[in-house]
Amino acid sequence: MSESTVLSVKNLVLNIEENRLIDDISFEIKAAEIFALVGESGSGKSLTSLAIMRLLPEVINVNSGSIVLQDQNLFKVPEYQMQKVRGKQVAMIFQEPMTSLNPVMKVGDQVAEVLKLHLGLKNRAAKDKVVSLFEEVGIPDSATRYDWYPHQLSGGQKQRVMIAMALACEPDLLIADEPTTALDVTIQAQVLELLKSIRDQRGLSILFITHDMGVVYEMADTVAVMKKGKIVEQAEKQKFFNEASHPYTKQLLEDAVPKQSLKPQIDSTKLLEIDDLKVHFPIKKGLFQRTVGMVKAVDGVSLMIEKGQTLALVGESGSGKSTIGQAILKLVNTTEGKVSYVSDENEVNLTNLSQNQMKPLRKKIQVIFQDPFSALNPRMTISEIIREGIVSLKVGSQNRKDQDNRIDELLTQVGIEPSFKHRYPHEFSGGQRQRIGVARALAVEPELIICDEPTSALDVTVRAQVLKLLEDLQKQYQLSYLFITHDLSIIPTIAHKVAVLQNGKVVEQGTVEEIMHNPQQDYTKQLLSSAPELIRKVMFA
Amino acid sequence: MNGMMMTPVFLWTDIMIWVLFVLIVIGVRQIIKDPHKRNQWRSVFASRTSMVSILVLVMYFMIALIDSVHFKVDSSTETSNHKELVSVLDIGLEHLILNSERTYSAPFALQEYSSSVVYNEQGQVQQVYLPLKNVAKHIDMDPNLVAYDVLSQVAWAFMGTLGVLIFISIIHGYFYFKSLAENTVAVKEKSLPWGTAYVTLFIITLVSFSLYSLSFDYHVLGTNKVGEDVLYQSLKSIRTGVLIGGLTTVVMLPLALVLGISAGYFKGWIDDIIQYTYTTLNSIPGVLLIAAAVLVMQSIMSNHADWFGSTEERADMRLLFLIFILGMTSWTGLCRLLRAETLKISQIEYVTAAKAFGLKPFSIIRRHIFPNLMHLVLIALVLDFSGLVLAEAVLSYVGVGVDPTMPSWGNMINQARLEMAREPMVWWSLLSAFVFMFVLVLAANLFADRVQWVLNPRSKK
Repeated sequence: MSESTVLSVKNLVLNIEENRLIDDISFEIKAAEIFALVGESGSGKSLTSLAIMRLLPEVINVNSGSIVLQDQNLFKVPEYQMQKVRGKQVAMIFQEPMTSLNPVMKVGDQVAEVLKLHLGLKNRAAKDKVVSLFEEVGIPDSATRYDWYPHQLSGGQKQRVMIAMALACEPDLLIADEPTTALDVTIQAQVLELLKSIRDQRGLSILFITHDMGVVYEMADTVAVMKKGKIVEQAEKQKFFNEASHPYTKQLLEDAVPKQSLKPQIDSTKLLEIDDLKVHFPIKKGLFQRTVGMVKAVDGVSLMIEKGQTLALVGESGSGKSTIGQAILKLVNTTEGKVSYVSDENEVNLTNLSQNQMKPLRKKIQVIFQDPFSALNPRMTISEIIREGIVSLKVGSQNRKDQDNRIDELLTQVGIEPSFKHRYPHEFSGGQRQRIGVARALAVEPELIICDEPTSALDVTVRAQVLKLLEDLQKQYQLSYLFITHDLSIIPTIAHKVAVLQNGKVVEQGTVEEIMHNPQQDYTKQLLSSAPELIRKVMFA
Repeated sequence: MNGMMMTPVFLWTDIMIWVLFVLIVIGVRQIIKDPHKRNQWRSVFASRTSMVSILVLVMYFMIALIDSVHFKVDSSTETSNHKELVSVLDIGLEHLILNSERTYSAPFALQEYSSSVVYNEQGQVQQVYLPLKNVAKHIDMDPNLVAYDVLSQVAWAFMGTLGVLIFISIIHGYFYFKSLAENTVAVKEKSLPWGTAYVTLFIITLVSFSLYSLSFDYHVLGTNKVGEDVLYQSLKSIRTGVLIGGLTTVVMLPLALVLGISAGYFKGWIDDIIQYTYTTLNSIPGVLLIAAAVLVMQSIMSNHADWFGSTEERADMRLLFLIFILGMTSWTGLCRLLRAETLKISQIEYVTAAKAFGLKPFSIIRRHIFPNLMHLVLIALVLDFSGLVLAEAVLSYVGVGVDPTMPSWGNMINQARLEMAREPMVWWSLLSAFVFMFVLVLAANLFADRVQWVLNPRSKK
C-alpha cells in the first residue's frame, strides 16, 4: 500500500444466501482524491459504502476480500473500536437530508453530540466548534441557526448541516451517497462546490456515489462504473470521458447526455391556452378553520400548447409546475383565470365546467406520473388498470373482447409483452411500469398528455427509452405534451417550447433555441449555469 | 326428550352468527378464486402455528354454530328438563343436563366434595361424604376401577380417532391425486404443513371423543354449586364467547368503514364531524358507557317482561344488546386507522389517474381505496376478536355483561370468586373457564399475528 492511499478495497465479495451482490471488486482511494462510484439502481454501489462502514444488514455476509483503511483491516476490527472508526475516520452523508436528521433535536445539538462523543469537547467548546463548522459549510447566520430545528431549514441547508456533522471529527474519508439527488439544480451546484472546496482545504478523500454522469464530470478525479455488482470500468476522469472502452459505459455516457437535436419549429393550431391562471390554497387555522392566508401556488400564468407539440415547463420544487397540470385536469380548483381547450374547433373554458361537463373532455387530456411505483394500483392487474379509462369514459367499443384486443395492441405499442396483462404491477420493473402508465393514458386516445416528471425516478438508460417512446407516439398520433420537469438536460430532446417557472410565475418562455442559447432573465441564466458542465458543454456547443 | 314436540326457533343471535358464517364462506370462495389472494393466504397457513390455530378456531366456531340451532320444547310433556329452549348441542349433550348432582363435586369424583350431616339408623348425627347420583354405575362405583375404566375409554377413543383420521386422509388423498392427474396446479404453490394439521386434528378429535365418552360416566370437570356439570357449562360458554368476539366486529365494521373512508376521502367538514364524534366517544370511559347502557336496558326489560317468550329469549336479547353496545364503543380505533390510511392513499397517483378518467368518488373508493385497505380491516378484525372475548369475561365479572342465567366464561369466573374463598377450595370451575377461554384467545392471537405478518406490506419477508 503506497503512502498516500487512504482506503483500499480488495477482491470484495458480498453474498446474500447464494446470490452474489458484490462480485470481486477492488479499488483504491488516495489522499485528497474524489473517487466516483457510478452505477444504476441495484448495481451495488450503496452496498459497497455500507460494507466500508461495516453497517451491512445481517442477512448479507462478507464472503471474501478485505477493506483496509489507513493500514487497518476493517473486517478485523472489533465492533467497539469500529464505533470510533465511524465518524472519526470515515463519515457518511446520505441522499435524503430530511430523514437523516432527528426532527425533534436542534440541528446544532445534533452536530455537537458528535463532537462530545468523539473528541470529548465540553458544552461551550463544542458549541463554538459547531458554529465555526456551520460557517465553513456556508450556513448563514450560523450562531442563530444552531438553535433551529431541521424543519425550519431548507433542503440545501439540511444537507449542509449533514456535511458539517460529517466533517466534525475531521475524518480521513467522506462517503457521500447520492448527496445531491434530492436537491434542485441550483442547490446541487452549490453543494457540489462546497464539497470540492472542503476537499481542497482539508485534503479530504471523498467516495462519491452517484448515478448522475453530469455530477461525476463535475466532481471526480477517478471514476469507477459498477454494473450488477462488478466494476466494469475504472479510469482517471479525463481518460474516462474521452476514451471509454466498455460498451456499458459508452451507453451510460450516451444516455446521460441526451441527443441534442432541436425540434423543427412548425406552425400548428392552438390546442390549449392558459390565460392568467391563478391557484391559491387557503391556509386554515383555529377551531373554525378560518382562512388566515393564501399560498399562491400558481400566480398568474399564461401558456399555450399547440397541436402535436411539446411544451416543457421547467422549475424547481415548489415553483407550482405540478399544480398547473392539476389545474388543467380540474383536480384542484382554479382561483382565477381561464384554461381554454380547443375541442373539435370549439373553444371551451375548462374552469367553468362542472365535473359532469368535464367528463367528455377527460378523454382528450390524460396524465403520466413521476413515480412508477405509486402510479399503478397494486391490487389491480395490468389489463384492469388499462381497461378502467376505456370503460369509464366509454372510448371505443364497450365489448369486452374488443377491449381485450385493444389492450393487447396498446401493450405491444409501449413495448410490453401482451401475455403479461394478467400480472400485477409489482411484477414489473420501474421502466416497464412507466410504459404501462403511458399505455393507460393512451387507452382513451387523448390529444394532450400532461407528463408530470415522468423520467425523474428512472435510470438514465431507461429514461432514454421512455423519452424515445414518447417521441414516437407524438409523431404517430400528433400528440401534444405538457412536459413538467426540473431536468434541463432532456429539454432539447423533447421540447418545442419552454416555459421557466419560479414561485408560481412564468419568468421566461420561448422556443428551446431562444431559452437555451439566449436567455434574457437572470433566473433562467442561473438555472442554466447550474446545470452540470457535461450537459452545458453539449447544450451550448 | 323422545317423543316431544319440537318447533324450530330463531333467536336474533342465531341468525346473526349464521349470517357471519355465510359471509366467511363467501369470503373464502373469493380468496380461492383470486390467485393473488390465494397465494397470500397460503402463506398464512404455511406457518405451523397458524395451521394449529385455525383448526382450533374452526373447532370452537363449529361448536358455536351447532349451539345456535334452537328448538322450542313443549315443556308440558317433559318433567326432568326445565329448559324451554334447547339447541342441537343440548340434544347431543342431553345426558349432561340430566345427570346433575346435588352440589359441588371434584373432577372424576365418586363422592360429593363436602360432607353432609346425616342421621344414621341409630339416630346419631354423622358427617359423611355422600356418593354422587350419576357416576360410574357400570363399575358399581368402585374407586379402584376408575383409573382402569378411564384408560380403557381413552383407548377406545384413540381407536375411534384413528378411524376418523384415516377416513379424512383418504378423502384428502383422493383430492390430492385428482388435482395431480388433472394438473390444475399450474404454478408451484407454497406447501402447507399437513403433518402438523394431522397431529392437531388427532389431538382435537382424541380429546373430544374421550371427553364425550367419559362424560356419560363421570363429571370430567366436576360440578358446580347446584350440581350442574362444569364441562357442559364450559361448552355452552363457547357460543357466548364466539358471538361476542365475532359479531361485535360485524357490528362495528360498517361504521368504521363508512365513517373512516368518508372522513379520509372527502375531508373538509365531513372529516371534522366524524373526527369530533369519535374523539368525543373515545373520551368517555368504555366501561362506564357499557354499564350505563346495560343498566338502562335491564330496567326496560324488567318493566316489559311480556316482550319475551322465555328466559332464553330474554338472555339472548341482552347478549345482542351487549354486542351492539360493544360495537358502538369499539369502532373508533379502526375508524381512525382507516381515515389515516385513506388520507394517504387518496394522495397517491393512481387515485389521481382515476380522477383524470372521470371516475365517480364511489367508484374510486370501491376500486382503488377499499382494496388497499382490506389488509388493515382483516388484521383489525382478527386482533379485536380475542380482545372482545376477554372483554366479555371482564364485563360479566363486573356484573354488566351477559345475563346471569346465560352460560359464559365471565359468569363462571364471577361465581368462582366465592368458590375460591371456600376451604377446601373449589378450583375446577375457574380452571375450566380459564382453559377454554385461554385456548380460544391464544389461537386467535397466534393466527392474528400471522395474518398481520403476511398481509402487512411493511413487514419484512
